[in-house]
Amino acid sequence: MSSKRPKSKEARKSKGKDKSNETNPTPDGGALESVTSPPTGHPDYIFPLVLTSATQELFGCRADEDVTGENPYKLLKKEDIIKDMKTRASVSDFSPVKQLVLDYPEDELLLVFDRDFTYGQSFYLVLTVEAKENILKPSVEGDEEQMKEEEVEEEEMIIPKTPVSHPWISLGSEQEIEEESVTESRPRLRYKISPLLRHCGAPVCFSDRSALDEKEGFVECPSYQDKSFSIREMEKHTAIQASCDTKHSSTQTLWKYPKNMWTQYEPREFSPEEKEHHLRSEHLKNFITSVLIRFEISLQQNYITDVFCDDWTVLCEDDGMLAGKTETQLKEYQTFMDLHFSKEKTISHVHWHPTISGVIAVAMTERLSLEERIDNSTKLLLNPSYILFWNFTDPINPQLQLECPDDVLCFQFCPSDPNIIAGGCMNGQVVLWDISAHVERLQDTRSSSKNISNKLDKNNVTPVVRYCAVSGIENGHKAPITDIQWLPETFELSKLGIPVENPSRISVQLVTCAPDCSVLFWDLRPPRVVSHSLTDVKQKSEEKPLENPHGVPNTFKHLNLTWKPFIRVSLPKIGSSGEYSPLKFSLRDNTVDSPTGDKPPQNTDREEGCGFAQLRVPSAKQQKPLENISTKLYVGTEEGELVYTDWKMEKDNDSGRLLSTKPIHRFPLHDTLVNTVSRSPFFKDIILTVGSSSFAIWKEGVTNGPILMSAFSKKMLTVGHWSLSRPAVFFIGKEDGSIEVWDLLQNTHKPSQSQNISSAGITCIRTSSISSKQHLLAVSDCLGTLHILQIPWTLRRSSNSEKQIVRKYLEKEEERLEYFEKRQIKHEKEKKEMEAEQQRKKTEPVLPLKQEEELEAEALKKYEQFLALEKDILKNMGLLNEMEDSSDIHLRASAADFTVYNDDISTITSMKSRPIKGHLFQAANQKALLDIKGLWDMTGPIARLSCSQMLTDALDVYHREQVSLRTHICAAREISTQNDIYPAEECRV
Amino acid sequence: MLIVLQLYFSFHSNDRQTEEAPVLSDMAEVEDTLKRIQGINGVIGTIVVNAEGIPIKTTLDNSTTVQYAGLLHQLTMKARSTVRDIDPQNDLTFLRIRSKKHEIMVSTDKEYLLIVIQNPAE
Repeated sequence: MSSKRPKSKEARKSKGKDKSNETNPTPDGGALESVTSPPTGHPDYIFPLVLTSATQELFGCRADEDVTGENPYKLLKKEDIIKDMKTRASVSDFSPVKQLVLDYPEDELLLVFDRDFTYGQSFYLVLTVEAKENILKPSVEGDEEQMKEEEVEEEEMIIPKTPVSHPWISLGSEQEIEEESVTESRPRLRYKISPLLRHCGAPVCFSDRSALDEKEGFVECPSYQDKSFSIREMEKHTAIQASCDTKHSSTQTLWKYPKNMWTQYEPREFSPEEKEHHLRSEHLKNFITSVLIRFEISLQQNYITDVFCDDWTVLCEDDGMLAGKTETQLKEYQTFMDLHFSKEKTISHVHWHPTISGVIAVAMTERLSLEERIDNSTKLLLNPSYILFWNFTDPINPQLQLECPDDVLCFQFCPSDPNIIAGGCMNGQVVLWDISAHVERLQDTRSSSKNISNKLDKNNVTPVVRYCAVSGIENGHKAPITDIQWLPETFELSKLGIPVENPSRISVQLVTCAPDCSVLFWDLRPPRVVSHSLTDVKQKSEEKPLENPHGVPNTFKHLNLTWKPFIRVSLPKIGSSGEYSPLKFSLRDNTVDSPTGDKPPQNTDREEGCGFAQLRVPSAKQQKPLENISTKLYVGTEEGELVYTDWKMEKDNDSGRLLSTKPIHRFPLHDTLVNTVSRSPFFKDIILTVGSSSFAIWKEGVTNGPILMSAFSKKMLTVGHWSLSRPAVFFIGKEDGSIEVWDLLQNTHKPSQSQNISSAGITCIRTSSISSKQHLLAVSDCLGTLHILQIPWTLRRSSNSEKQIVRKYLEKEEERLEYFEKRQIKHEKEKKEMEAEQQRKKTEPVLPLKQEEELEAEALKKYEQFLALEKDILKNMGLLNEMEDSSDIHLRASAADFTVYNDDISTITSMKSRPIKGHLFQAANQKALLDIKGLWDMTGPIARLSCSQMLTDALDVYHREQVSLRTHICAAREISTQNDIYPAEECRV
Repeated sequence: MLIVLQLYFSFHSNDRQTEEAPVLSDMAEVEDTLKRIQGINGVIGTIVVNAEGIPIKTTLDNSTTVQYAGLLHQLTMKARSTVRDIDPQNDLTFLRIRSKKHEIMVSTDKEYLLIVIQNPAE
């Protein structure tokens, strides 16, 4: 308090000052002198200062003017002080407190005028903020307190005042109060008490009585503890049902009526004017020209080589070809031979079963000549021939036998139903079999071969299938049927031979040919007239069970013995009377996409029993003709010709009868009968024909002749067959039992390989691909043995581009043919011209001879001149000495030689006197230039040189056909110059 | 005044003459070039298309041309924008599409496309 109060009252101050003075022994005078030294007699927050009058004026605190004893305080700005210290530097009065001023936190410092020199100086500076506050505040309050103190002193004697009310402060007592007080926790109980009803209204007599007298006077309700509430709860069942919040909401879409809409795109296009405008624009031109080179480069690059060609796979392919070379031979896989049926017989035809793999059908014929046949006719009738079905699983016993009425030369499976087989007989009949009852036997053998082998003892007998139908003898062929073929299921023929749509999609028509000059077309369906009467059919069906002793399926009952062809195509000869006798034919493989795209269910038809009997020949009007089917066929004849004809019938204008058209082309090529006419499975227009001594490849539409013609072979060719997997390969079977494999890509003049298969002649070849890795070749021979051969990898694996290459090859050959034709025409023309020339020459025949003689004489003259020259030269060179005679002779001799060569006898006679005439004579006769050469060799280099020179001279004179001679001479001359015996000059002579 | 007009006209006519002569040769040149491309082995068709995909000149039939032009224009624009997105300073110049059967080559420019279809296997 002492520091706070010094200025409030002088008395007090003095007291305090005294005290401080007492505590501070330092005298005031000492403090005055040492301004800079920290005064000891003042507190820390005060710094006594001496301010000069200039400083007092500057800061506005002149003693006793601005600051007085009553108002001693002056606030100085910190900035001003710092400024002052800076301007006046050490002269400044504040410099001793410089650091203290700088450290002061506030802006204003308090300067107090110490008039009484309390701290030893006239002024002091307050250095802390608290001190400043304290000094300034109490200076105001201090007086009031002072006043109060004075009053308190005065009131000590007066009565105390009433206490002033203060707000209540909670210290927890209110809780106690609350606990003590009673509040209503529930509504009060109410009791209603009423007297009995019978007492109501009754006269009441009141009397006095005491409440305690009787017990009824009051009711006591004492409180007690209810025992039932003392049970402790041990278990509690609670259940919670959770249920999701459900919300019902609904919405209504706007109903719009359906509406048919459509839109049509149209590509934007320029009008011709706009196009022209664009085409004329400079920019387009620049663009095109700038781009041209780029395009040309890449287009040419593409044409030259396939940059995206995968070399790796190609390499692999080539490698395979090379590696596979080790096994190019056909390997024997299996051989079939039946002791009872096929021995001593010829296999006439072989066919693989089209659907069951590993099953092959073989047709047998007796190996007899016609005379023998006639002699043994009765025996033959009793021993019918068979078609045998072989399976790979059983090489000993055939799986099935088809009984034939006569020897079958050819047969084929029906393309739409492989259970139907049609065959052509020796006697001209067409036979039909239905093996549907025995299919299981053919199929099952593979899977249950064990069972079969077990059963073999019991079931050893091969089932015999009798034919279902045979055509009528009087209506069929008059000669052995040599070829038979089904028409594909996609179309059928009308009576006029016009191809029409086949609605049933079952092959119902077949084509046969025989050397009786006709190609016949047969229909499996019952003819219209017969099918008309239903009763007839009924009767037949009733009779059938009785008539069926052999278990013959009645599929073709309707045809048996009455069947006749519906088209007979005759083959009238071109340019002469008579007809061609066909042996083999080939139809164009017409495949038509079926309009519906689905095949009819064949099985259902078959289940109905005789599906073919129920099929009817539709009326011609209902069927729509198919335009894109070729009705042309190639026919190979007995005379070795290939005839190209049309089966369409034409109406004869005169008689109105149907006649077959004349053949379009005829190629007499093979010298004897044609045994194969076969289309390539890859190229529909390429045909292979095989005659007995050669084969040829033809292209449909090329009328100039065969594209390829083989050389004459010494052994008879008996059959040909295209490979099914390689377009370039075909097989040729020969009389001596060997097979030639021809690969058009390897060689066209000789077979790529030849292999002997059998000791007897090959009769038939058929290929089959059992799997992608196994291709088999069935080869039958005259001795009744069927050889199954495995086709090696090289012959079954076709390279990717093989088809294209073969096509290119064929095209090239076609071009060659055309070229030759053109040349032939040209040659004929030239020939005619030549003849005309000769005719003209004959009118003046003498002149040219004379000319020749003249020329000869001239040549001789030249020769003499040359000899003279040569002699001179040689003499000059000194070489002539020893060789003169001989060279002369030889030179002459060679000259003579030459003349002899050109003009025979006269010169020879003239040369007879010469010593080497024999030699010359020989040269003349043989026209051999080598002799002349030999002559030169004998005569030596000198003669050679002169000889050649002379000869060339002579050649110039005789300028004729001896171009080759001249080249020889040139060669000779070159040799002599190369010998380098003579200087170059001489050679030039 | 008259003289000035005459001069103007003469200038004008001169301009015309000089313009027309090269225009005709331009057109012939363009057609020659296209013929030359078409003559290269294996070329199936050549189409000139403007920047909007509308065919200007073609050697193919109309429907094929329209189809090729529309589709290839789209593809080329897409390819071009791809190239440009990768590097804005870059641009597509040549597009070759190799298919099993053909090779389609497209060259672009600000205003035109040239489409050539080739059968490289020949």
